[in-house]
Amino acid sequence: MVDRTIENFDCGHRACGGCGASSAVRMILKGAGKNVIVVNATGCLEVFSTPYPETAWKTPWIHSLFENSSAVASGIEASLKKQGRLEKEKVLVFGGDGATVDIGTQCISGAFERGHDFTYVCYDNEAYMNTGIQRSGSTPYDADTTTSPAGVCSTGNKLPKKDFPQIIVAHGSPYVATATMAYPMDLMKKVETAMKTKGPCYIQVHTPCCTGWGYDGAKTMEIGRMAVECGLWVNYEIIDGKLTTVKKVKRVPVDDYLMAQKRFRHLFKPVRNDAEIAKIQAIADKNAEKYGIDIE
Amino acid sequence: MTMEIMEGSIAVAETVRLCRPQVISAYPITPQTHIVEGLASIVADGRLDAEYICVESEFSALSACIGASAAGSRVYSATTSQGLALMTEVVFNAAGMRLPIVMGIANRAISAPLSIWNDQQDSIMMRDSGWIQLYAEDNQEAIDMHILAYKVCEDHNILLPAFVCFDGFILSHVFEPIDIPSQELVDKFVGPFTPYQKLDVNDPISFGMYATPEYYLEFRYEHDQAVKRAAEAIKKYGKEFGEIFGRDYSELVVGYKLEDADIAIVAMGSICGTVKDAIDEMRAEGKKVGLLNLRCFRPFPSTDVAKALAHVNTIAVLDKNVSLGAKGAVAIEIKEACYGSNIPVYDYILGLGGRDVRKKDIKKIVDLAEKGEGDMFYGLREEVL
Ligand SMILES: Cc1ncc(C[n+]2csc(CCOP(=O)(O)OP(=O)(O)O)c2C)c(N)n1
Ligand code: SF4
Ligand SMILES: [Mg+2]
Repeated sequence: MVDRTIENFDCGHRACGGCGASSAVRMILKGAGKNVIVVNATGCLEVFSTPYPETAWKTPWIHSLFENSSAVASGIEASLKKQGRLEKEKVLVFGGDGATVDIGTQCISGAFERGHDFTYVCYDNEAYMNTGIQRSGSTPYDADTTTSPAGVCSTGNKLPKKDFPQIIVAHGSPYVATATMAYPMDLMKKVETAMKTKGPCYIQVHTPCCTGWGYDGAKTMEIGRMAVECGLWVNYEIIDGKLTTVKKVKRVPVDDYLMAQKRFRHLFKPVRNDAEIAKIQAIADKNAEKYGIDIE
Repeated sequence: MTMEIMEGSIAVAETVRLCRPQVISAYPITPQTHIVEGLASIVADGRLDAEYICVESEFSALSACIGASAAGSRVYSATTSQGLALMTEVVFNAAGMRLPIVMGIANRAISAPLSIWNDQQDSIMMRDSGWIQLYAEDNQEAIDMHILAYKVCEDHNILLPAFVCFDGFILSHVFEPIDIPSQELVDKFVGPFTPYQKLDVNDPISFGMYATPEYYLEFRYEHDQAVKRAAEAIKKYGKEFGEIFGRDYSELVVGYKLEDADIAIVAMGSICGTVKDAIDEMRAEGKKVGLLNLRCFRPFPSTDVAKALAHVNTIAVLDKNVSLGAKGAVAIEIKEACYGSNIPVYDYILGLGGRDVRKKDIKKIVDLAEKGEGDMFYGLREEVL
């Protein structure tokens, strides 16, 4: 059972009002239980939670670099093991999508191959937010970012979102899941499962970013739910390589989700770009087929 | 004391074992390989109860050391050249986080062009990283400095990482008689690791927070002060080391026939052995040449250097590195240390990428220095230029 009274992520940090990542982290730390050591990659979360001498973390926390969190976690895990502390204390990594699917991939691959007992949470806000909304390998197709700007000759990010969880599955991880901060109970339960599973576990959490995506911060939950309802984000669990749970939905077209965010506005204004919207709809359709999310 | 004939790298691995690191994390690269292989078999054979993390890169090797050290374990790594270059970001980070990590460096040249052979460009490029840098003349020093480094680094008044540098191949692969100290004495000297702070759920702290302009300068100042304080700590523990093990390390600079020398050669690492032999021969010919062996490059012992060289009339610096577009890194420091003394300091860049340096070369360099010719790459093969 998740102990929802645990508050290891304090208020007063510097995240934007309505930041999906900050709410997600608060919930994740409830799911993670009491005795957790956090490793945090450089990025929004690290920056808004720890301007020296202030910290929002009420559990041991370490930040080293942008791309090495899983290697740092490997060292912590080995050290705890050697000291006989691993029975009680658990290691939890937070990395943004940039830290995870781009620059940190090698360190992650090494740590998952070696089989350290830790859980890696990628909070996926679908771009490099801390440095000003540049695209990452996790940025969705056609999103307008500062390095994949929409313009006369461009409809935004030209590459599809990298399927990083599958890369982790290929490493033989015992527990891989996706979740979103918009479904808190599901998120906390998945974190609890990951933390209780021996070996390297991975959870990718959809964390809407009002600043980077361009919507009113009061609507973060709503945006998060819309992503799931249109099939552009799928919540699932893969245990020992097998898909075991999937969040089923009565799917709606992608239009409303896209229209609600400035990063896709160029697909609707000045004129509606049917061809591009159809391509994004095709991505959702493919997700639906692959994971069987449609409620008949 | 029992002397054994042993390869340098194996001696280092055996000595690291005696220091009882709890986590070892390293990645193989010539000419450091025998150290990590040696440690892997030591752990596999149960001769050391440590976690050996077989990482996928040097970048992760040192990153894992950061995690393990912060979690409260004594750690060890070793690398060289490209491996150290790949680590760069982590090297600076580990020092800024003030973690007492000890890392062996089997000094090697830097690519391009690719070269597996010895010079000291690799550790020199980390000059400003805030690590202590010790340089061994022979394998005995290489192992002694490992033991000493743990003692200095883990002192709560210091809290810094250290490179123990020893020339690749020239030392790492050479068999020579060596005294591997007893476990009892190493335990007595180094003692168990007592972290100043650690990641611990019973006492949560935040490590590695970012600093705004209101704090960054002070962090750097305190780091700089710690590196400077390390000079006294090395001397103090170097003396203690001498009392326990019979080999004194209380000096950061060591003279050889320097007291009455007219010409001083300044050098670091294994080349000092060749220089001493050359000096003996030059002395027999009536030339008053001496050596100043720099055992410690960071902290840089400016005052000690200035004092040791005050009486000479010419200084010849042997640099197994070059700050391209300027001079050798050692010469730059020596000039600074001797500023105001009017003693000419001549720089000789030599031995790069494993080019052999012999006694006759040292003698030629002394001749050049006497003629006032220096600040040059020594031993260039004009025919291939
Ligand atoms: C080696 C290195 N390259 C670049 C940066 C600059 N940088 C800091 S955070 C960041 C983006 C982080 O993106 P992500 O991991 O998605 O986290 P977010 O800020 O979106 O939460 C970048 C590019 C850095 N700190 N280190
Ligand atoms: S930019 Fe986005 S991820 Fe970063 S703090 Fe603001 S809302 Fe959160
Ligand atoms: Mg991001």
